[in-house]
Amino acid sequence: MSVLVFVEIGDGAFKKTAFEAVSYSRKLADMLGTQVVAVAIGKGVDGLELGKYGAQKVRILSCSSSFTADAHSIMLHNMVHESGASIVVISNTYTGKSLAPRLAQLMDASLASNVVSLPTLNGEFTVKRAVFSGKAFAYVHLHKDKKVIAITPNSFDIKHHEGIATLEEFTMTTPISKTTIDSVNKVSGKIVLTEAEVVVSGGRGLKGPENWHLIEELAAVLGAATACSKPVSDMGWRPHSEHVGQTGITIKPNLYIAVGISGAIQHLAGVSASKVIVAINKDPEAPFFKAADYGIVGDAFEILPQLIEATKKYA
Amino acid sequence: MFLSNKPVKKFLFLCQLYPIAGMKILVCISVVPDTTSKITFVENNTQFNSAGVQYILNPYDELAITRGLEIAEANGGSVSIVHVGLVESEPVIRKALSMGADEAIRIDALASDSQHVAEEIAKIASDYDLILTGRESIDYNGGAVCGILGALLDIPSINVVTRIDYAAGIFTFDRDIDGGRETIRCEGKCVASAQKDLCEPRIPTMRGIMAARSKPLQIIAPQGKGNFATYSNFELPPSKTGVKLIPANEAGKLIDLLKNEAKII
Ligand SMILES: Cc1cc2nc3c(=O)[nH]c(=O)nc-3n(C[C@H](O)[C@H](O)[C@H](O)COP(=O)(O)OP(=O)(O)OC[C@H]3O[C@@H](n4cnc5c(N)ncnc54)[C@H](O)[C@@H]3O)c2cc1C
Ligand SMILES: Nc1ncnc2c1ncn2[C@@H]1O[C@H](COP(=O)(O)O)[C@@H](O)[C@H]1O
Repeated sequence: MSVLVFVEIGDGAFKKTAFEAVSYSRKLADMLGTQVVAVAIGKGVDGLELGKYGAQKVRILSCSSSFTADAHSIMLHNMVHESGASIVVISNTYTGKSLAPRLAQLMDASLASNVVSLPTLNGEFTVKRAVFSGKAFAYVHLHKDKKVIAITPNSFDIKHHEGIATLEEFTMTTPISKTTIDSVNKVSGKIVLTEAEVVVSGGRGLKGPENWHLIEELAAVLGAATACSKPVSDMGWRPHSEHVGQTGITIKPNLYIAVGISGAIQHLAGVSASKVIVAINKDPEAPFFKAADYGIVGDAFEILPQLIEATKKYA
Repeated sequence: MFLSNKPVKKFLFLCQLYPIAGMKILVCISVVPDTTSKITFVENNTQFNSAGVQYILNPYDELAITRGLEIAEANGGSVSIVHVGLVESEPVIRKALSMGADEAIRIDALASDSQHVAEEIAKIASDYDLILTGRESIDYNGGAVCGILGALLDIPSINVVTRIDYAAGIFTFDRDIDGGRETIRCEGKCVASAQKDLCEPRIPTMRGIMAARSKPLQIIAPQGKGNFATYSNFELPPSKTGVKLIPANEAGKLIDLLKNEAKII
């Protein structure tokens, strides 16, 4: 009956999304009068740390095989089965997105992705999820007894708990995957866009890739990830993985700074859930100003250096 | 490790002799409001307001069709389209055919969510060597049909792929992962979801449009049980109360405001 939360490990430590997911799960478990079992697959972490965010039981599975959705969803399903959990919480990261649907099917559970709130339990188990690429929200009743809930990063505050968790480290035979990972390329030390709290984004107004050092410098001093508009990635000025919007990624940082981006509806779709939006554009009529909390009308090439300087002063 | 394995080597060798003859590719398509649509709701916010909304082929599915066609053309094979939806979707299904797909199947049910869609498609999908979907539908953003189909058919699912190559019985994919990209290989059947960068979407030619009119579009009855989830009502994000403008020559003040007023950095 417990709530099982799958947490991710990256670079030898729990990811921030892990603490969000555990905090969420603890609130959910309290609503249901049950416990939180946190599970992770990997090595080199102190599982007890999850107790500080509300996990009562932590299970760390050490497994040497690389991550593949088919094999890992089976392992996770085994753990769900062993713990008797009826609800699974996963972060809606790329890893989560590859696992959650398979797991829901294996469990015969209802699935909700992009979830942005705790459920309500008045007769129906109802969650709120982002739809239309962030242009709206939907309330969805989940009918199956079991549920898999994939929560959007940056949607829940991390909450500290007094409790202490029990820890179990174990191994399991890895199911055979029909796939083989040939290579993994991770940009280390860079803040992952989908999980970033602050994002600095550039559009066609920046004129060319040679000017991106300004975006990167501001991002560096703010501890932010970088993003861009669709034409910028289409023209190859920036990698496609930075393209945000309706046909790019949807993000939900605390702060989104848009520089030289007009604010087309397809772009706004992917970023409008950001808590605070800053638009910098030389055209006072740019639609982005209607979607922004703060705005500066002016030339990005004059404004960015000022912002970099001002931020450095605070650091 | 993989290649040094003897039986596998033999398998690879056999594959080279007998690549999938007439590879069968299935592309799942979703029909969604045009990206410029203003999203509003009616009936007390319980229904999407489709008045004046133009429906299009989901942009990611366009990529899936294009790459499916390229693989079929290069290796000999066929591309079938499947859509779970009502008769209103047929113009969009015809568009998929005009891009070059050989045939289409419409499962005659109002799609309720990704799980329902996957359940219906799984019934017809087992004959295919490669199944493609989009990364997500831009309306309900489930991002789930690919993975659910993988589990239902007990085949690998590789989501958010930016490359699909096929040679000698093996599919090779690049896929987005958190903070990077990986290359993954799969021998035999699999399902993959298309991400931007996979290819340039193919634009239907006049000839393609003419040919699409007479291509087979089979309509089959739904069989699924559904009942995973129900959408009860919708809500729009709160609108912004108005932008606070900072003079360009005092741009540094922004940082001050973000720190002390918005308390966000
Ligand atoms: C099907 C479809 C899907 C799409 N999906 C997406 C998507 O996911 N994401 C996305 O971003 N777009 C998407 N688009 C494209 C979208 O409609 C816009 O074309 C795009 O967002 C515009 O990018 P931009 O603002 O960088 O460029 P532009 O529209 O060219 O705007 C550049 C802006 O920079 C300003 N500027 C110029 N010089 C300066 C300067 N020196 N200092 C300050 N400001 C300056 C200009 O005033 C202008 O507002 C999609 C379009 C379609 C049809
Ligand atoms: N009604 C549908 N019929 C057929 N395929 C669909 C349908 N809805 C979604 N899909 C496919 O599944 C992908 C992901 O959809 P979703 O899981 O709803 O985000 C889409 O890009 C399509 O390829």
